[in-house]
Amino acid sequence: MHPQRKRRLYGVLFIVIGVGIATALTMTAFRENLLFFFSPSQIAAGEAPVERTFRAGGLVVEDSVRREQDSTEVSFELTDGAHSVRVFYDGILPDLFREGQGIVAMGQLGQDGVFRASQVLAKHDENYMPPEVAEALKAAGKMPQHEMKQYQTDGYSRENDSDYESGYRQ
Amino acid sequence: MEAIQEFFSMGGRGVYVWSAYAVFAGVIVFNVLAPLLRRRQALRLVARQQRRRETLAERTGAASGRVPD
Amino acid sequence: MMLRYLHEWGSPPVFYQRAGRWQRVLWTLAALLILAGLWGGLVLAPADYEQGQVYRIIYIHVPAAWVAMFAYVVMAVTGAIGLIWRLKVAEVITSAGARTGASFTILALATGAIWGQPTWGTWWVWDARLTSVLVLLFLYLGFIALENAIEDRRNAARACAILALVGLVNIPIIHFSVYWWNTLHQGPTVARLSAPAIHITMLVPLLLMALGSMLFYAGALLSWGRALMLERERSSRWAAREAGV
Repeated sequence: MHPQRKRRLYGVLFIVIGVGIATALTMTAFRENLLFFFSPSQIAAGEAPVERTFRAGGLVVEDSVRREQDSTEVSFELTDGAHSVRVFYDGILPDLFREGQGIVAMGQLGQDGVFRASQVLAKHDENYMPPEVAEALKAAGKMPQHEMKQYQTDGYSRENDSDYESGYRQ
Repeated sequence: MEAIQEFFSMGGRGVYVWSAYAVFAGVIVFNVLAPLLRRRQALRLVARQQRRRETLAERTGAASGRVPD
Repeated sequence: MMLRYLHEWGSPPVFYQRAGRWQRVLWTLAALLILAGLWGGLVLAPADYEQGQVYRIIYIHVPAAWVAMFAYVVMAVTGAIGLIWRLKVAEVITSAGARTGASFTILALATGAIWGQPTWGTWWVWDARLTSVLVLLFLYLGFIALENAIEDRRNAARACAILALVGLVNIPIIHFSVYWWNTLHQGPTVARLSAPAIHITMLVPLLLMALGSMLFYAGALLSWGRALMLERERSSRWAAREAGV
């Protein structure tokens, strides 16, 4: 290659690699506290700040949802499989909010250990299938389960693969 | 008739589904029309520039051709 | 033979003519695929077990996001080619890609918001996936703004190519954001190591739409490229010939 072009090529590589390394370093430094996300286990262990806004995520515990009559107040237990925290919320819940569903709540933890949410968002998973297939999978006990892992750790290293989907892939 | 109505209602979420498809149509139309119009504009510009150059050449050509007596 | 054919693409008038022909071919194929995909996605595919009918936004949203990211990679690669070999066609294609890419990024963001409102309960959330795609849009817009700010075409092309290369770091961040951070956005359904987590009746229309959108993008890139090439070469003889004078 022409020496001048070679020099320019190295320039291009320098930009891409340099920016990549700089970004990777910045991200590792900020990863922990960038999003202020805490799991129920972290809240139980006292790692979450009190009376400061952060996000809490997990699954809504079955049979834990209690609605107040004549108001939009609702409370439920949020779990990551190991620990759970009670959440209070006053507002309209999204369509996909139901027991066993993954949600992300934004709010503050009170001195009493109760999480008061100002916003509750439903998380859905990456699985798409017709209702009949879902019924069949449920009957066979092969329904994809919400992964607890993603709510347990501090966010990353979520496992990529699991073999439960193979049930309806054929 | 009912089937068509059901299709457009999208289980009561028609507004969301169809507005998403409308944005898609908008992006397609934009990417078809915008470059076409821009190219036509460039073609007109080129033609105008070329005509101006030709008249300029004619005039200077005529000027140089004139022999003083 | 092949090499010579590729080499000829580097000449502006050859590019202008061939791009016109290829654009028609690409758009014809894209139209067929998109129509088939729309029929499959809106009529044939069943409703989702959890989301019902609303999930049909996926047939627009996911292909748009793929094109938005793919277009950025193409822009960075052609930008690098323009920087190293100073090839005019590469510079023009880079700048053409910014326009198509920006419009598909807006499409991905808009359809995502429309989908998020009924399912998640919000139009927007500052989550890593959504934010990194917003950054992608700003990179595209920044590219266009920078190009307009610099008078000299060649200097503008060089500055813009460097911006495109710097922004390339955002592409893996977008893809892996759902693994690296706790996001509201779910993980990949198709673009992952294991088999797609979507039923085959829903997957086929999705892939048709994705391929159709890619081909449409490729045609649009050439169409924008022809317009920008003509603008840059407005004083040349071949441009005058194309203008019919």
